[in-house]
Amino acid sequence: MALGIIGKKIGMTQLFDARGHLVPVTVIQAGPCPVIQKKTVDNDGYNAIQIGFGESGRKKSANKPYSGHFKAARVKPAATLQEIKVENIEEYEVGQNVKVDIFKPQDTVVVTGFTKGKGFAGVIKRHGFAGKDSGHGTHEAFRHGGSIGTRVPKRTLKGRRMPGRMGNKQFTVKNLQIMLVDKENNLLMVKGAVPGWKGGYLVIRKAQ
Amino acid sequence: MSSLLKLHTQKQLRKDLPEFAPGDRIKILTIIREGDKERRQPFEGDVIAIRRKGIASSFVLRKISYGVGIERIFPFNSPFISEIEVVRKGRVRRAKLYYLRKLSGKNARIAEKRID
Repeated sequence: MALGIIGKKIGMTQLFDARGHLVPVTVIQAGPCPVIQKKTVDNDGYNAIQIGFGESGRKKSANKPYSGHFKAARVKPAATLQEIKVENIEEYEVGQNVKVDIFKPQDTVVVTGFTKGKGFAGVIKRHGFAGKDSGHGTHEAFRHGGSIGTRVPKRTLKGRRMPGRMGNKQFTVKNLQIMLVDKENNLLMVKGAVPGWKGGYLVIRKAQ
Repeated sequence: MSSLLKLHTQKQLRKDLPEFAPGDRIKILTIIREGDKERRQPFEGDVIAIRRKGIASSFVLRKISYGVGIERIFPFNSPFISEIEVVRKGRVRRAKLYYLRKLSGKNARIAEKRID
């Protein structure tokens, strides 16, 4: 069985669980993901399947090298590709679909995606700096980062936290619980929040 | 896209419960599980607010118990609501009756709605 699937974030809502508690859930449209390529120990040194998801992205503009990659699987070029570990590589053939039925309710999963881009953010938002007390004579420096070094090395050390681009980075949320699996509509409902924007691509893996 | 979002929450909406409005006095029976046993706990009070948010809708009941104001918030679509009975309809002019919290005694009453 494949140990993961690619999906698209639909949004968040709430659902009553078996205990009657209203819990927050994220709805993810996942699969069906065709197997594009098989990676085997003999050929690549490890066992995995490469699966694709989504059509829209490069449907028309797919260049020859990219679209040629999908020829063997006889599927349209996918918007996104991902390698997934499998329990047994013999189970899958190229062109076969991975569907949401690899999961069942109560399973624990790990969800990876790209976080929402925050643009050029200051140190308070980006690194959680405290900022200055606005009521004690501070002038024009309420959200500044303060000193960026000492006199001795005469340079700023690498890794100093400063303002800059924030978000739109890969992020993984662990230990989320599957609340519902809808095989008919290829939907997964996961308890809690997952990274990224609505419509963003996610990889949902079984927790190891 | 939003239809996929509502697909499963819609199944959980309670459509079997009677309609009521702010100002009404209702009696609600909630199912309480104690170990293996199940019992029903009644609560009677005036509806002072209804929050309509789809599956997450809720309402607030207020009553005066031994001279102390008690408010309870119930999730509208909870599977643990067994029964709702509208005891009397009230005549009020606003949707949220939070002003009742500042009133006591005879001032805190809600006039009954006349149905002619």
